[in-house]
Amino acid sequence: MISLGYNAVLVAVGAGLLGIAAGVTGTFLFLRKRALVGDAIAHATLPGVGLAFLLMVLLGGDGRNLAGLLLGAGFSAAFGLYCVHLISTRTRLAEDTAIGAVLSVFFGFGVLLLTVIQNVPSGRQAGLDGLLLGATAGMLFADALLIAVGGAVALFASLALSRAMVLVAFDEGYARVAGLKVDWVDLATMGLVLLVTVVGLKVVGLILIVALLIIPAVAARFWTDRAGQVAVLAGAIGGASGVIGAIWSATVPDLPTGPIIVLVAFGIFAVSMLLAPRRGVLAAWLRHRQFQRQVHLRQGLLALGSGQPIYEQLTLRLLQRAGLVRADGVATPAGEQAVADAARDEARWALVRREKGLEAVAARAGIDPLDSLLTPDQVADLDRKIANGEVAAP
Amino acid sequence: MAVTPLKLVETTKVAEDLNAWPLAVRGLTVSYGQKPAVFSVDASFAPGKMTAIIGPNGAGKSTLLKAALGVVKPLSGHVSVFGQSLDQQRHRVAYVPQRASIDWDFPTRVLDVVLMGLYRELGLLGWVRRAHRDRAMACLTRVGMQDFADRQIGQLSGGQQQRVFLARALAQDADLYLLDEPFAGVDAATELAIIAVLKELRDAGRTIVSVHHDLSTVADYFDRALLLNVRLVAEGPVDTVVTQDLLEQTYGGHLTMARIDPQTVAG
Repeated sequence: MISLGYNAVLVAVGAGLLGIAAGVTGTFLFLRKRALVGDAIAHATLPGVGLAFLLMVLLGGDGRNLAGLLLGAGFSAAFGLYCVHLISTRTRLAEDTAIGAVLSVFFGFGVLLLTVIQNVPSGRQAGLDGLLLGATAGMLFADALLIAVGGAVALFASLALSRAMVLVAFDEGYARVAGLKVDWVDLATMGLVLLVTVVGLKVVGLILIVALLIIPAVAARFWTDRAGQVAVLAGAIGGASGVIGAIWSATVPDLPTGPIIVLVAFGIFAVSMLLAPRRGVLAAWLRHRQFQRQVHLRQGLLALGSGQPIYEQLTLRLLQRAGLVRADGVATPAGEQAVADAARDEARWALVRREKGLEAVAARAGIDPLDSLLTPDQVADLDRKIANGEVAAP
Repeated sequence: MAVTPLKLVETTKVAEDLNAWPLAVRGLTVSYGQKPAVFSVDASFAPGKMTAIIGPNGAGKSTLLKAALGVVKPLSGHVSVFGQSLDQQRHRVAYVPQRASIDWDFPTRVLDVVLMGLYRELGLLGWVRRAHRDRAMACLTRVGMQDFADRQIGQLSGGQQQRVFLARALAQDADLYLLDEPFAGVDAATELAIIAVLKELRDAGRTIVSVHHDLSTVADYFDRALLLNVRLVAEGPVDTVVTQDLLEQTYGGHLTMARIDPQTVAG
């Protein structure tokens, strides 16, 4: 194993905890479809950082005290969030417009403050711009502790509120009637996102924190259809990204920690998107091909059975490749058998669609052979009804 | 000249007994912007009956329900649920919202949706036990969806989704059921399944209020009807309220009786 320095271990632990908290909290932001609000919150932290620095210097303290800076960041992010809320509820402007306005104005004001601070004698070494993209080089134990505590609070509060947040995100009107205070639940969600953002400034910085909130959740979504599992998986993905990214950046000289963490998270997202078993792009493509093949074969067999010509080249190719027709389009002995099977299956399907108690089966495409969906007894029952003439075989 | 002193008229406060009604609204006005969607509606919904709210598009049917349930905030008016405030009687009210308002790609399974109906019982942290799951399954069975419990909600057809929503309301075991267009965009089999469940509930003494669109089925499905076009037009038993005259008042005279003549809608 690669031996890491004290600082690198500290950063890896801090980044891992931050990743878990951001993944879980971000899931609820994602489910509520308010990912961009997270971006507005993050950018709105900057003026608070600058003002907190100036205030602490003015009071004769050390302007670089992280807790003080983060407190300032929290206040200005909360104010930014309030502005977004005010603009989107009190005017006719949509929320995305409000987010765009607040994000850029707050960020611009923050950059202005940082420039001013650069020109103040005591501000030279402040290193506040490190909070833009994260700066883990000089991380102290106290800093890591702050991240751990903040992350843990956000994590446990998210889990405790998860049922309410899922209900609100899925069906707001129903949640309201059930007696949930929707506004309070939303406020809590945003508050937790704000907390994660603020404690994450030191590790990934305010520009990239939104990536750590959103990417783990959307990556996790590819693997499961249950909200609770999305949250847990997103926490795992976020935590893994944090640890892997931190160690990676520590072992290679001059690699920035924050961006590497985000890129690791993106790597997990890309793998999920491509390879996830049901929702993944590859699986969807294969399923489509498989289904298309099934449809063509079935249509071809039914056409052969009723003596109609087959015009579609793909159908003919597939039938040939399966050894069901010869090159001149005439059915082989195996093909004759397949034609008979298809006709019988079609008759069974026609009956299933009318049969009571088989709705779940009837809801399926009607392409796969019924033997694979029903018990032999059920199939025998269908065949008996067909033999009795309850449905005409095509 | 002697001034006749103003005589104070003795006003007796008519203490109306709202306890008799599962749901009653008085002077309810809801407005989006400056245009009232529902204006000064007084309505009482009879206990143990199925009442349809009917009216043209934009008549405020859904809004009336939503305001009664506190989903939208009324501009003025009083809402009484079993004679008390909604907050006091919330546990007796179940709501089936419009299907259109849902994101169907949301990561949730059919059974999870039904379990949402038990939120008041489970609370924020309550553990979902076997007994809760069994109850949710029983509700799915009542609407014929037991075989779909593990499906993601978006994999269902519109009618199946609506049945799941009804199952969620059933899980609440409420006394008052409010449904917002339960038959919009559903297949005929689902429509019949839903109406059968609603009639069962009614026969068990529960009260049903449903926004309804199809005039041809009002008389078959419902006991009473409330005609609404921003203002209340009429409320009463279907056979006295769903008449040519009142419907024209509600729909603005563009309606011919043919639309509700059973012969022309046979099948």
